[in-house]
Amino acid sequence: MSDNAVRREWPLWEIFIRSQHGLAHKHVGSLHAADGASAISHARDVYTRRNEGVSIWAVRAADIVASSPGDKEALFDPAQSKVYRHPTFFPTPDGVKNL
Amino acid sequence: MVDLALSIPVKFRDQKNPMYAQLVETGTSAVKSLEAMDPQERAFQERINAGIKIEPKDWMPEAYRKTLVRQISQHAHSEYVGMLPEGNWISRAPSLKRKAILLAKVQDEAGHALYLYSAAETLGVTRDQLYADLLSGKAKYSSIFNYPTLSWADIGAIGWLVDGSAIVNQIPICRCSFGPYARAMVRVCKEESFHQRQGFDIMLTLARGTPEQKRMAQDSLNRWWWPSLAMHGPADGHSVNSAQSMAWKIKQHSNDELRQKFIDQTVPQAEFLGLTIPDDKLKWNAATGHYDFGEIDWEDFFRVVKGLGPCNRERLAARNKAWDEGAWFREALSAHADKYRPEQKAA
Repeated sequence: MSDNAVRREWPLWEIFIRSQHGLAHKHVGSLHAADGASAISHARDVYTRRNEGVSIWAVRAADIVASSPGDKEALFDPAQSKVYRHPTFFPTPDGVKNL
Repeated sequence: MVDLALSIPVKFRDQKNPMYAQLVETGTSAVKSLEAMDPQERAFQERINAGIKIEPKDWMPEAYRKTLVRQISQHAHSEYVGMLPEGNWISRAPSLKRKAILLAKVQDEAGHALYLYSAAETLGVTRDQLYADLLSGKAKYSSIFNYPTLSWADIGAIGWLVDGSAIVNQIPICRCSFGPYARAMVRVCKEESFHQRQGFDIMLTLARGTPEQKRMAQDSLNRWWWPSLAMHGPADGHSVNSAQSMAWKIKQHSNDELRQKFIDQTVPQAEFLGLTIPDDKLKWNAATGHYDFGEIDWEDFFRVVKGLGPCNRERLAARNKAWDEGAWFREALSAHADKYRPEQKAA
């Protein structure tokens, strides 16, 4: 391996596949590719070899903004005390239908 | 059963050796108790103990990160180099159907390498650095791929025995503590099942064929059986590396347990094929509920791990050639991407 070691590495792309019409795209993994078109082409080879998908999204990993594990309490704990957001919080009296 | 720990040369005894990732050091000298850990590390270990996955952005001890980089990248290299022994027979497969199946299988191995490289990269290493370590000979890969594929039956034996061993080893990794590695393994295991069955199908066809074909299958079993047992690695003994990997839930069963499981499930399959496993000490032990088996040649195993196997040089030379000869194409794709990037942004 010569000067290839210091070549500019292809960007990382996150790949999302929609498995069937009507379902949402779901993250399946990542790969390196020079551009969007080759990312789609590689994703097709790597992630849809067994009819896994009908649609592919490729997103540059660098463009993804993610929440940080350190913010977990601040972001998600407040929802824990709000059980009334779930329908099961409210008892349904016997005999009441269509609620 | 033979005490494997005693059959291993002393110099090798403290080396942990899981399967597709060989000689993985954890960089620890003793497994710490929860009380001895600082609060951050204790919280980390308690999450693992509770079965909660560790994700790339979570805090983790440096030794955990390094151990995973070593193990996952070696696993990736094994998948990647593993394409070569089988690629050897694509052009000589006995029928178009077998050729198409083998192509699909080898393509899967490339995919497995990619899933695993991607998992390793979430730990802060670059793909190019991982490749560079493989190509320079610095990184290890599974010893099993340094044996030659001499006949078509070897393609059957690899699928049946080597991928069979891999499944036994990899199913527990689907539950390992590091999220990206566990998820990669789920994908890999689904596909390995196809690999093992196609291998068994080749063996079955040969075993039911002409006497020459059956001899070819038997010869292949004779050559691949012992390396398939050895690839599970030597007994863990009192290895600190193994104990640490177990505490971190990177490893969940000892090498001996996995090897025994593989033997127990494979012997009846060999009997079905009408082939003889090349071990005169192999015998069902009703008391233990397992098969007893003979001694593994660990000197041979470590010779291959150290680079002196029949095909070590050939494998690395092939990977280097592919990398070097593909350089112009990688550069052309980068140049093309640079040329059209402004238009993509405008669109």
